[in-house]
Amino acid sequence: MRVDGKGLIDRTKPVRFTFDGRAYGGYRGDTLASALLANDVTLMARSFKYHRPRGVLTAGSEEPNALVEIIGATNQTPNVRATVQEVFEGLAARSQNRWPSLKYDGMAINDLLSPFFSAGFYYKTFMWPRAFWEKLYEPLIRRAAGLGSLSGRHDEGLYEKAYAFCDLLVIGSGPAGLMAALTAARSGADVILAEEEARLGGRVLADDIMVGGKPGADWVAEVQAELAGLPNVRIMRRTTVVGVYDHGTYGALERVGLHQPARANLPRECFWRIVAKRAILASGALERGIAFPMNDRPGIMMAGALRTYLNIYGVAPGKRITLFANNDGARVTARALIAAGVPVAAIVDSRPDAPMEDGTLVHAGARVIDTKGRLALRQITVLKGAEQIEIETDALGVSGGWNPTLHLTCHMNGRPRWSDDLAAFVPQDGAVPGMIAAGAANGTFSTHGCLAAGHASAAMALSDMDMRPAVIAVPMAEDAPYRLSALWTVEGKGRAWLDLGNDVTTKDVGLSAQENFSSVEHMKRYTTQGMAPDQGKSSNVAALAVLANATGRSIPETGTTTYRPPYVPVSIAALGAGGRAMGFAPQRFLTSDQASRDRGAPMIEAGLWYRPSYFPKPGDATWRDSCDREVMMVRQTVGVADVSTLGKIDIQGADAARFLDFVYCNTFSTLPVGKVRYGLMLREDGFVLDDGTTARLGDTRYLMTTTTAAAGLVMRHLDFVHQAFCADWNVRIISVTEGWAQFAVAGPQARMLVNSFLEAPVYLPFMGVAPVRVGGVDGRLFRISFSGEEGYEIAVPTRYGEALFRDLVARAETMGGGPYGMEALNVLRIEKGFITHAEIHGRVTAFDIGMDKMISAKKDCIGKASAMRPGLVGPEREQLVGLKVGGETAMVAGAHLFAQGDAIKRETSQGCVTSVCWSPTLQMWLGMAFLKNGRARHGNKLRLVDHMRDVDLVVEVCDPVFHDPSGEKLRA
Amino acid sequence: MPELIAKSPLAGRPPVTRGALTLSETPMDAVTSLALFPGQSKAMARVLKPMGLSFPAPNRVSQSGDARLVWTGRDQAFLIGVGAPAIPAEVAAVTDQSDCWAGLSVEGPAAHDALMRWVPIDLRPKSFAVGSAIRAPLYHMQAIILRMTADRIDLMVFRSMARTAWHEIDVAMTTIEARAARQK
Repeated sequence: MRVDGKGLIDRTKPVRFTFDGRAYGGYRGDTLASALLANDVTLMARSFKYHRPRGVLTAGSEEPNALVEIIGATNQTPNVRATVQEVFEGLAARSQNRWPSLKYDGMAINDLLSPFFSAGFYYKTFMWPRAFWEKLYEPLIRRAAGLGSLSGRHDEGLYEKAYAFCDLLVIGSGPAGLMAALTAARSGADVILAEEEARLGGRVLADDIMVGGKPGADWVAEVQAELAGLPNVRIMRRTTVVGVYDHGTYGALERVGLHQPARANLPRECFWRIVAKRAILASGALERGIAFPMNDRPGIMMAGALRTYLNIYGVAPGKRITLFANNDGARVTARALIAAGVPVAAIVDSRPDAPMEDGTLVHAGARVIDTKGRLALRQITVLKGAEQIEIETDALGVSGGWNPTLHLTCHMNGRPRWSDDLAAFVPQDGAVPGMIAAGAANGTFSTHGCLAAGHASAAMALSDMDMRPAVIAVPMAEDAPYRLSALWTVEGKGRAWLDLGNDVTTKDVGLSAQENFSSVEHMKRYTTQGMAPDQGKSSNVAALAVLANATGRSIPETGTTTYRPPYVPVSIAALGAGGRAMGFAPQRFLTSDQASRDRGAPMIEAGLWYRPSYFPKPGDATWRDSCDREVMMVRQTVGVADVSTLGKIDIQGADAARFLDFVYCNTFSTLPVGKVRYGLMLREDGFVLDDGTTARLGDTRYLMTTTTAAAGLVMRHLDFVHQAFCADWNVRIISVTEGWAQFAVAGPQARMLVNSFLEAPVYLPFMGVAPVRVGGVDGRLFRISFSGEEGYEIAVPTRYGEALFRDLVARAETMGGGPYGMEALNVLRIEKGFITHAEIHGRVTAFDIGMDKMISAKKDCIGKASAMRPGLVGPEREQLVGLKVGGETAMVAGAHLFAQGDAIKRETSQGCVTSVCWSPTLQMWLGMAFLKNGRARHGNKLRLVDHMRDVDLVVEVCDPVFHDPSGEKLRA
Repeated sequence: MPELIAKSPLAGRPPVTRGALTLSETPMDAVTSLALFPGQSKAMARVLKPMGLSFPAPNRVSQSGDARLVWTGRDQAFLIGVGAPAIPAEVAAVTDQSDCWAGLSVEGPAAHDALMRWVPIDLRPKSFAVGSAIRAPLYHMQAIILRMTADRIDLMVFRSMARTAWHEIDVAMTTIEARAARQK
């Protein structure tokens, strides 16, 4: 019911929204919960386990009950707290965990069966037969339990992440937070003020408190206006600080666009990482309930939440309200309600010495022992002495006291301290380096106390940063003492809920203790108390109290479970903002990219690069036709391929040769200027890291080439070796991968093609390098081959890459050749027995690939000693071999090899296949494989088996070099 | 004049303006890495002096006319805007980097706002003043970031990744523009 004249909602901006398909009206500034309450909708959800009808318990992010699904154009978001979701025009919300409807939920049968569903039920019941668990019981339980549902589609909404920095991060904008921010702001500090709600003010607004002689809302507005006008202050509303991490880093989730209709380019949420020199935790306190029998009906909520709905949203959640409390707080609620014209039936105060209240009936020393009303609260039963009083009421405000919101102080292993005075945990000083808890978060519960604490903590933080705190007079405000007499549970017939989120009752906690799960951590796991989306915010301390009672210990002896990040649920989409689909990694494009796409080449990813797979021509039925043609083109005329993706590293200095001798297993100091040598690099553990060619460009200058995939890895390795082992050497290393567009020209007519475009033809011997001029540009020509044919690689500065590629391809085509793609490149190298990372996959040694003789005996190198370890050399190692099979039968990479006659099982595998191809040159299937003692087994026949692809055939082991074994063609 | 046509990494892409921010490609005509060898800082200072430059301290830029010497790492700086002077081989390793990098700039009073979506560094003018340079990640890629004037931040990213960098910065700018227009 809306109350005239109350609330801070914007009554000039009505909005229409739907809940379970029915249209309702609200105002801008309403939450879904407040707008539903204004429409007298109190039933908002069904509980997790028993499917009991539930209303709203709180008015904040701690809400355990009122979880709904929000349906948007791109998103269906489950488990949204109705107390957090603001209404807007067109908002569509849906209740969850019910069938067929919220009012008539078939699964409510669970409630009738609840005597069987106590804690530990699953563990005891579904033990037998064992095999049924996975196939029957678990799916069944998962269907029955659980909350919201997902759309099953990708979340294509826009999310954002961002970084922020400040001197002082103030978490919360109640009286303590606002005073802290104001003090720091006036002192010139760089301040971020983060507030979870849409409005600054916290309980100043919710309790409509007078501050400095004026209404709280006016005081908040003044402070907000001053802060907003200062360049050194950033106010972040709708932003929840969710985690504390090392070095003053705080994670925060901002609801950027969730409060309004979807708008193009407006993110839904933003995940912030805020780095703050100091922080003030002014997160306030959370009210806790009292576990009395049948305390979960719609209409039963926190007394403080009643005030929030009245003062902020102008809503009375009932027509005849009752309050039940163990402290003075309920009286504040009663006064506010009465002042607004809402009838209050009675105050039930558990304290026998509770003071009377003018104009309101107070039952002192009384307790609520039962409630009635299936879908909404109708009546409560109060026990006062021996007398039972029945009260007709549709809303009951409960207060069992307040728990400081100290969760963030525990994120770095800090443990809170028990305060007997407050009957609550309070933060341990210094639990998080650089963070000070202030105000209610620190157990100060009066407004004036909070204002003063905010000012003092800011002054402390500023002094700590060598800043001079501005002196500000702390405004006057109520300074009432916090009078409470702890009351956790009320005995009586019926279940008394502790954790409404996970349907955990006092009996469950008692049962846990009875079954000897008496440690708090065990109790949590056994009962699932505190494991729901609200993480037990309103139930943890009460559950501890019940456990303490059941085990005969005090609460501090019982201890508490750990609060871990995040403080509120954080969507994975926000954490991974920008990383969906193509955002997963940068895309790297070659200069020839467009030219290849123009020719219809399908592009495949190689590392982060896009490379042409093959170049289709009219008449090609499959990729194999294109690939075979390109292979034969290279073998018979000439082909051109973009190889710019290979890593290129410039290495200079008097110690460059020495450095290369150290990182490569073979020797480079003896390489003459103008020559190129193949090199093999080992990791420190003796396994192969990478291979490639390195050219000597001058006495003290080399150019190293790495494989595409390992370019970054090798650069990092070289940097590490340089910095860790030889930082004083005269050597400097820098990547030039991106600086050169490099094209392979291979085939019997390669030399003719190369000389056709060089300004001055050169003769290069095999493994030579020379500076050349091409098209008016300085370039480099290498004579190296990865195909087995006479091959060159021409490099020009990247800006000329596209022009040169198009020119080279045109020339090649004129000569009967053309471009070739990755598929052909792979076939060419398999025919020649050259390895790639398919072979040097991180688990092979130089011995395995037959290159152990490359490890120079004359010098040390990284990985040399390790490579000699027992087990890394010898006949038991799987060694590189070639495989061939006659006819059209296809081999498959990934298949395992077995001796003929052996049983086919894991233990008898002799090795596996790493690369295969159809060789158009040799007209047969070829493979490369690692085989136990393989080099001694050339000529053997083996079984090649792949259960995944149903392949089982006999292959012959051979030398891995199939094409031109003597190398005459590439040396021609 | 070369016969081969030169293309910049984002050739043909016009600047884009979103709200108060403008993203443009900037030419990277001449970039040379100067990597000092041990004990050669005095010799390097002698080489640089006639150019009006000094070898920059970490995270700083030395500037003279069109020439900038940008700190890029331990004992390493990039000379940008002019060709490399003659430097004896024992003083520093000199490596042409002109084609390794794509240049981007974000112009506008809150250029840092857009970049701090992806860069985990405080790029506000107070902390990242004129004359500052840093190597930092731009989301998944590495970048060299510098501020030579108050309302503009320059970036250098790997040439092959220029399109992704452009896309990511553009997304950040459109997001900020949309934020400014949202309901309070």
